[in-house]
Amino acid sequence: MEVGAVVCLPRLSRVAVCGGTHGNELSGVYLVRELLKVKKKVMVEEEEESVSVVIVLSNPRATQQCHRYIDTDLNRCFTHATLNGPLSDTTPYEIVRSRELNTLLGPKGSSQAVDLVCDLHNTTANMGMCFITYSDCDWICLHIFRHLQMEIPDIPMRFIHFDVSNKESYSLDSVGKHGFAMEIGPQPHGVVRSNIYTAMKGGVQHMLDWVRLFNSGKMFKGGFVDVFTMVKHIDYPRDSVTHNITAVIHPHLQDRDFCLLHPEDPLFQTFSGETLRYKGNEPLYPFFINECAYYEKGIALSLARKKRVMIPPIQVETS
Amino acid sequence: MEQVSFPPLSSVVICGGTHGNEMTGVYLVREMQKQKVDKVGSVSINAVMSNPRAVEACTRYTETDLNRCFTDALLSSPITDSTPYEVRRAQELNAQLGPKGSNKAVDMLIDLHNTTSNMGLCLIFDSIDYVTLHIFKYLQSKIPSVPVRSLLLEKPPSEAYSLDSVGKHSFSIEVGPQPNGVVRADIFNIVKEAVDHTIGFLQEFNRGGTFEGGEVEAFTVVKSVDYPRDPMTGEITAAIHPQLQDNDFKLLKRGDPMFLSFTGETVKYEGEELYPLFVNECAYYEKKIAFHLAQKLTHKFPSIRVKKD
Repeated sequence: MEVGAVVCLPRLSRVAVCGGTHGNELSGVYLVRELLKVKKKVMVEEEEESVSVVIVLSNPRATQQCHRYIDTDLNRCFTHATLNGPLSDTTPYEIVRSRELNTLLGPKGSSQAVDLVCDLHNTTANMGMCFITYSDCDWICLHIFRHLQMEIPDIPMRFIHFDVSNKESYSLDSVGKHGFAMEIGPQPHGVVRSNIYTAMKGGVQHMLDWVRLFNSGKMFKGGFVDVFTMVKHIDYPRDSVTHNITAVIHPHLQDRDFCLLHPEDPLFQTFSGETLRYKGNEPLYPFFINECAYYEKGIALSLARKKRVMIPPIQVETS
Repeated sequence: MEQVSFPPLSSVVICGGTHGNEMTGVYLVREMQKQKVDKVGSVSINAVMSNPRAVEACTRYTETDLNRCFTDALLSSPITDSTPYEVRRAQELNAQLGPKGSNKAVDMLIDLHNTTSNMGLCLIFDSIDYVTLHIFKYLQSKIPSVPVRSLLLEKPPSEAYSLDSVGKHSFSIEVGPQPNGVVRADIFNIVKEAVDHTIGFLQEFNRGGTFEGGEVEAFTVVKSVDYPRDPMTGEITAAIHPQLQDNDFKLLKRGDPMFLSFTGETVKYEGEELYPLFVNECAYYEKKIAFHLAQKLTHKFPSIRVKKD
């Protein structure tokens, strides 16, 4: 690809903003509620809009109970297999719901799917604002990220890539033609922090502004984005009988998401006070350090490699 | 003030998991049970997991808040099939560690809690008790790494509703900020230090050491403030303002920002100067408390020593 050659992409006519995919991640819950209120007031102007925005409260039952999920994690229910398998009386609530969302915003993989899904999340980890996607070459998501970096310079922002094929992609944001999770922390689950809510509100606003600019024909210059690609997860040390954790994230690692972790750096502190060290071969970037919801998934932290991705200039296709 | 003497404090119970998602206490109790800690010098120690079902589900409670089930009324209410799990559990704990108010109750009960609020290390007392005030002063001197404060609830024993009202002398150790369901090493280390120093104090006390009297400042809750809410849905319409967030124990004055609405408006505090605490505590959203407001009072207390037979 020649640097400088403009890539033309179809307009983004329909964008979905989803919150409450995990019912206790409250910034997204309250932002979606607020956007729905505002939407009711501005319904008349929608025809003049270049983009139609769908606002969705993804998991209403879990939100109502302020739980991450009722039966199973909704944000793992969007694989093609789960979306198309058989339903029965005992099908978990979230699987029933994932199909409803797939009908509303998809079908995943089809030409009727919304152009962009922005799924709002919070984490107890000190991650600042992160975009999480399945691709390191989706120019739409990468340009939106770059735009937010420039518009909101006082919030640390990172782009995380999970190298998972489309066939295996499992999260809500994989339903749209383009999609990403907007993950902001630290915020305890069940709590809304004003600074986190404001950051999320700003992020969504700037994203929608970018979409309108893109649709109007503006050319966005190329550049580069540092992309963190997930390499592996590390679980807590656990008791072999009870499976309870026997150590905590070490104080020197706690809150140091995206600070390079070197072999032999402190990793865990046991409850009896011992330090356990990182035994990997290469320095990697830790993230999702001490995320509440990941204890049950066997993840104390995730580790990523960083690479610089050159992004081309892009402009909307003119038919 | 004249010196006061007390019988030896030989039996201590450390309780964790009274709220099943406040993880420091859960893991400290598990560790103490694993190490089979049962005696340190003159002090016999028992580590108890207060709400095992809630701990298993990593939730605050299963049916009702266990830490509101220790009033005299609830402790003596008849058990039926429909009695909530936590009410039954409270009665079990009262039988095991109490009975509350009787001579058989443990000498000291320390109940471990976490909060999502930025409260540092806070000791919570039901009433003025010279032994626990001395422990508070002792911990303040021994733990310089975090602010150590106290909250006095001023509840008469019959109305005292929390687990720590069961022991002859008791207090809660409340440490934050820590998200529910998460265990942070720095918070764990502080709580362990506080428990270890408390046991050290008790040993020295039992040996016959004299602890000089003095005075301490304690906070007493005057009122609570709820979030602004939508009158139709009851949902909150604002979050704690960034200038109040994490500023527990910093004097809140008339005109100071209190809430920032989701549409960007600031709501200011219009009351008398008071100290906010439990600012943005997760579990209090459902109790309709955005924060408590307290006054700070000085309490004098005499020197104490163990009663000699």
